[in-house]
Amino acid sequence: MRHTISLFVDNESGVLSRVAGLFSARGFNIESLNVAETLDPDTSRITLVTTGDDFVIEQVIKRFNNMVNVIWVDDLTEEPRVEREMILIRVDANEKNRAEILRMADIFRAKVVDVGAQSYSLELTGDKEKVNAFIELLEPMGIKEIARTGTVAMKRDAKNSNTGDAQ
Amino acid sequence: MARMIGAEMFFETLIEEGIDVIFGLPGGYVLKVYDVMPKFEGKIKHVLTRHEQGATHMADGYARASGKPGVVLCTSGPAATNTVTGIATAQMDSSPIVVFTGQVPLPYLGSDAFQEADHIGITRPCTKHNYLVRKAGDLPRIMKEAFYIASSGRPSPVLVDMPKDVILEEDELVIPQEINLRGYKPPTKGDPKQIQKAVDMILKSKRPIIFGGGGIIHANASPELIEFAHRLEIPVTSTLMGLGAYPQDDPLYVHMLGMHGSYAANMAVHSSDLVISIGARFDDRATGGNFDEFSPGAEIIHIDIDPSSIDKNIVVHCPIVGHAKLVLQQLLDALPSKIEKDRTEWRAQIEEWDTKHPMGYNQTGDKILTTYAIDTLSKITDDDAIIVSDVGQHQMWVAQFYKFNHPRTHITSGGLGTMGFGFPAAMGAKFACPDKQVVCVSGDGSFQMNMQELATAVEYKLDLTIMLLNNGHHGMVRQWQTMFFDGNYSASRFGVLPDFVMLAESFGAKGLRVDKPEELEATLKEGLSTKGVVLIEVMVDCEELVYPMIAPGGAMNDMILGAVDVA
Ligand SMILES: Cc1ncc(C[n+]2csc(CCOP(=O)(O)OP(=O)(O)O)c2C)c(N)n1
Ligand SMILES: [Mg+2]
Repeated sequence: MRHTISLFVDNESGVLSRVAGLFSARGFNIESLNVAETLDPDTSRITLVTTGDDFVIEQVIKRFNNMVNVIWVDDLTEEPRVEREMILIRVDANEKNRAEILRMADIFRAKVVDVGAQSYSLELTGDKEKVNAFIELLEPMGIKEIARTGTVAMKRDAKNSNTGDAQ
Repeated sequence: MARMIGAEMFFETLIEEGIDVIFGLPGGYVLKVYDVMPKFEGKIKHVLTRHEQGATHMADGYARASGKPGVVLCTSGPAATNTVTGIATAQMDSSPIVVFTGQVPLPYLGSDAFQEADHIGITRPCTKHNYLVRKAGDLPRIMKEAFYIASSGRPSPVLVDMPKDVILEEDELVIPQEINLRGYKPPTKGDPKQIQKAVDMILKSKRPIIFGGGGIIHANASPELIEFAHRLEIPVTSTLMGLGAYPQDDPLYVHMLGMHGSYAANMAVHSSDLVISIGARFDDRATGGNFDEFSPGAEIIHIDIDPSSIDKNIVVHCPIVGHAKLVLQQLLDALPSKIEKDRTEWRAQIEEWDTKHPMGYNQTGDKILTTYAIDTLSKITDDDAIIVSDVGQHQMWVAQFYKFNHPRTHITSGGLGTMGFGFPAAMGAKFACPDKQVVCVSGDGSFQMNMQELATAVEYKLDLTIMLLNNGHHGMVRQWQTMFFDGNYSASRFGVLPDFVMLAESFGAKGLRVDKPEELEATLKEGLSTKGVVLIEVMVDCEELVYPMIAPGGAMNDMILGAVDVA
């Protein structure tokens, strides 16, 4: 099963290797991993997406808890949550498809962030499904390059669930 | 406050931590540490080992015998990589050691400088935590944290990497009195709800058994365990690592369980209706490895300080995360003053299993059996002697035939099974407990893996006996070849062995040899009563096999019993 795990960790060198090491030791692949500072510069937030046996993931989470640098860890998989990913994507742009690309960007609410002689670079934010659908549609036009942030996730506010997610 | 360099802060903080002995070997990047060391003479004793692996096992043996963290000091690169086996060994058996390595100066990190290795990266998976020190001023705090992390919660190794420029840097010495680690809060007491649940389960069980592990020893919880077992009249069996936690001469004691455990212990666990595991982690050597068929009719209470041990191999009904001593006290407090119990039938059943297939041997031929040798050792050594075994058949026979009545008297590499551990670990134990009798029981294979430490043992005038069981083989490998590989003895026999008596003598130790059963006891006694380092080479029969045995992956009631005729 696919798991989205959220960790608050000390913002110092080596922490990421420790976290990633628990997965490599079990031969697990990490689907995506996102790390950035929180409001407190001493703390980073990691969002990690992986697929594996629930039982093993539970063990991994217990091990995260044991780590001196891990302040807090939560498996968001069963929780109501918001998950988003951002991608930058550069597609071939020529006389014929320029308008089509812009139309699709508009439908998906993607932004044009760079315009070149032969290409457009677009920025899109959304959940996994939306991002994948966008990539699929652009595929026939010729994707030159793609960069994805990986998933970031947050639990929904218990009181206000289901709002603020208009996409 | 005083200004000083990192090297001096290192010793000041060790002294403040109550450390009085360290095991090490100098080299390039720690030379300044060694340079200032004479200033601290009298307060800290440095033991110059002959190999960094030896130093690590010594620190480990010291920690296991004393309960205090063992300390290693060495240089970078090859020295640091030499400590890795010792660190992994300590980690698997939850032993608190703190390893200090020298490192290339900070600006050179990652440049493939001379004797550079990524100590932090290499030891990350086998330490509980590790540190790269970036400022001399941070060293005392990091050291305090390192000792705290190593010895609290589930004890484990910690490594502190000290770049040369940090060792040389001058700053104010500030040793913090408080430790503040927001991501590390080791468990203490168990959840009261779980305690109550456990008590209810215990009170209604008919065939309970205590499955005691090394955690009882780490937690110094033997007195509580004894009271708990006695008040409830619950039989106690032990894992390899738990030996000594419960007195073997107590009538409730059922012998060791597991792959080479006793028939009675394995049958009792398999047939029980309530397994109370304390400080054990249900590994495959303790359970046979067939986790699905583990104790099919039993509910399981699992007391462990490490939440990640819970439900790892076996899914349990009542987990209690906490320190074994505190949890046992909580359980004792929660018991009613009058307990209705009738264990007659259950205890008679265990007794019957034990009579049916006792642990035994039959010393009749003219070759010494290792079982007989260890049984003899058990009879003639002090009640509280510390026995440190190595890895192989002899290790299992020590576990089966030596009678351990006190915690911290049985020391062995259980989790990692590190050959070469025994001798240096025995030396560490002797440094920790100079007034106790310490015996290293080793094999001809294992001993050759760290025999260079004979020089260290002689140099520090240790009174230490080595009982070296020479069967001319990697005996345990040979046993598996006999049982599972049709007697195809590939690479298990030694074509050449040193003359161990001459070897010992060449280091300035005393060497003795015995090959006749009728001379064994006298030779052992002579060795044990001789001062200094004594190596007794016992020539033993290589054909003897360790029984009973649960074949790997087997269930606990499925034992190969062997043909021991205990006449
Ligand atoms: C460092 C290491 N290498 C290899 C092994 C595999 N191994 C386990 S027992 C054993 C043989 C041990 O021989 P010896 O010390 O003579 O003990 P015996 O079994 O003969 O009593 C070997 C090679 C190990 N446990 N540790
Ligand atoms: Mg041997």
